[in-house]
Amino acid sequence: MIVTPGWYMTLAAVLFLIGTVGMLLRNNALIMFMSVELMLNAVNLTFVAAGRAHGDINGQMAVLFVLVVAAAEVAVGLAIIVSIFRSRQTASVDDLAGMSG
Amino acid sequence: MVELAIFIVVGAVTLGGAITVVWAKNAVYAAMGLMATLFALAVFYVVHLAHFVAAVQVIVYAGAVMTLFLFVIMFVGVDRAEVLDERLPIQRPLALVLVLGVIMMGGFLIVTDQFSWIIDSGGPRSVVNGTVEEIGSNLIATQVGENAFEPTRWLLPFEATSALLIVASIGAVSLAFYRPRRRSEEEVVE
Repeated sequence: MIVTPGWYMTLAAVLFLIGTVGMLLRNNALIMFMSVELMLNAVNLTFVAAGRAHGDINGQMAVLFVLVVAAAEVAVGLAIIVSIFRSRQTASVDDLAGMSG
Repeated sequence: MVELAIFIVVGAVTLGGAITVVWAKNAVYAAMGLMATLFALAVFYVVHLAHFVAAVQVIVYAGAVMTLFLFVIMFVGVDRAEVLDERLPIQRPLALVLVLGVIMMGGFLIVTDQFSWIIDSGGPRSVVNGTVEEIGSNLIATQVGENAFEPTRWLLPFEATSALLIVASIGAVSLAFYRPRRRSEEEVVE
């Protein structure tokens, strides 16, 4: 039985769905960040699988750029979480309603 | 056959880690699940001959990013109970509707065989071997002569990411060093 790229696409889709569910159901900011990482990695798997299916190196190039942007995003996001935690003593996004009208 | 076995085993690890991220009450367990998922994806990249991407995945994600996550989890405190009740009453039903809709759409795509565009990709093509040399000659410059190099189209985005990383690290440091002058005013707002 040959493992076609479609299998990897399906796996990546399920992974992306799990990340979306985590984003929607959890309200700890750290867990939500991890869910975003799950979604980014699902897309990375799709890029690599499609790049192999089409014999194109540019899929792996895109993965490298997604990696860099994700690393920058994690650094800034975690700094924001630490900064919020120091002033509010909480990591729950539901407690951050200071800007609601 | 070997690839099928790898797909089943490593795919199970991937999904198990991902479910752990969403399901675990303890944030450290969630981080461990995310780490398992990232390592499993690195195995998939090796299967796809993306060796350099797999190495970068292990070093950057499973190394640096997970260290950052664990550091912040320890800083925020792991024994703090998370309140799981939702303040937006429509969000949970909407999430259920979204999940069911996506599952139904996926089933529809499988039943109607819409994956064929990716399954048969026009016969055998040149196998891409994602070695460091191949990645570098596509990312920065291709050698065209004895000592002549021609920059590729990825060179400008590559330089832009370096600017992005600098800005991000400066922003992270300045955010972490920022302290509000008058804390008493902020507590009144609470």
